[in-house]
Amino acid sequence: MVELRDDEQALVELGGLRKAISVELVPEARVGDYVIVHVGHAIGMVDPDEAERTLALFGEMAEAVKGATP
Amino acid sequence: MKYIDEFRDGDIARRIAERLQAEVDPSRQYGFMEFCGGHTHAISRYGVNDLLPANVRMIHGPGCPVCVLPIGRIDMAIRLALDHGAIVCTYGDTLRVPASGGLSLMRAKARGGDIRMVYSAADALTVARDNPQREVVFFAIGFETTTPPTALAILRAQREGLNNFSVLCCHVLTPAAITHILESPEVSRYGTVPLDGFVGPAHVSIVIGSAPYEPFAAAYRKPVVIAGFEPLDVMQAVLMLVRQVNEGRAEVENEFTRAVDRQGNAGAQHKMAQVFAMRPAFEWRGLGEVPHSALCMRPEFAQFDAERRFDIGYSAVADNKACECGAILRGVKKPTDCRIFGTVCTPENPVGSCMVSSEGACAAHYAYGRFKDIPVRASA
Ligand code: SF4
Repeated sequence: MVELRDDEQALVELGGLRKAISVELVPEARVGDYVIVHVGHAIGMVDPDEAERTLALFGEMAEAVKGATP
Repeated sequence: MKYIDEFRDGDIARRIAERLQAEVDPSRQYGFMEFCGGHTHAISRYGVNDLLPANVRMIHGPGCPVCVLPIGRIDMAIRLALDHGAIVCTYGDTLRVPASGGLSLMRAKARGGDIRMVYSAADALTVARDNPQREVVFFAIGFETTTPPTALAILRAQREGLNNFSVLCCHVLTPAAITHILESPEVSRYGTVPLDGFVGPAHVSIVIGSAPYEPFAAAYRKPVVIAGFEPLDVMQAVLMLVRQVNEGRAEVENEFTRAVDRQGNAGAQHKMAQVFAMRPAFEWRGLGEVPHSALCMRPEFAQFDAERRFDIGYSAVADNKACECGAILRGVKKPTDCRIFGTVCTPENPVGSCMVSSEGACAAHYAYGRFKDIPVRASA
């Protein structure tokens, strides 16, 4: 999310494209947050710590596979 | 793109695939249903099936919003445009869904119906503001993801006193549909698919949280793993399902913790509850009448309810006889089992609704999977 506007609107950027959306359903969203957008509305936010944890889980599994295969 | 590209990494995908191969029990078959059309699309587009062990089968579920919309509902929207002269606003995918008498919203538009594609419910409000002398109806479809925006639009119309705006509400509920797949009486007609578990939807779960699946998992002893929409999310979820099956567990687990928690988006749920009430029953394309599976508008909002405002009733219309969408939506048949798949029925000229949206099983298979069928058939 790159800009918060009046009337619970915000500007989001995805892969270089900017789009105006509504943040009425995610009023806690701030500039810099990652929101999940569906039909022109932010419906939820991405928790960066949890994203890292999930990625690490994939990674850990990779280690386990490496360890298991001689 | 942050939080997207990382979840599409091919090397990690192959490593999850190796892990899966190592953990599956070769003496048994696994069948998992991905409920959500977004997952159907991801699985087809990224070739996830090719990375799964041979004894793990993914079955497409009924989670594609336009696929489950019955002909009779589209007919109602067409009547509003052609007979009542209303401006009908709707999401793009809905326009091409086949309706009665060879019509679709697109074809009704060619016959003079004022039918407009909108990107969001809020855009339909703008159309109503700009056309104060016309009736404007928003044809609202979709699961719990598109429902809160519709609720916001209705609340806003009420606040603004927008008297020419109404909604044809066709919003449906995910947990009811999942339950129905396992217990409906029609299952005997189509035969059953052995389902060992479900990949739970991403967007829907952001809104409703993971808790609503818990009674289902316990009652039917089926594991549910909620997954994000990227291919790695789906693969990881399949691995988690395999582990549950191997260990004899049937729990709700969450792979998509970066966006889903147990409670979901409470604010969005509150808005939905304010505007909508449960319908006693609703007809789904392919599933028939499903009790307590859809929403209607509360009496306080009758003024904004197109069904009451125009006094249009719903009447059921049978699907095209050749179309196997019903069996496909239940996971008992594959798109290639349909005689007219890819010949008479194509995305340019869909006969059934599964061919309309890129999330539909037939359309996804047509776009990404159909060339793979050729060697398979040759060797069979
Ligand atoms: S190919 Fe077309 S007609 Fe056949 S099941 Fe799919 S959508 Fe229906």
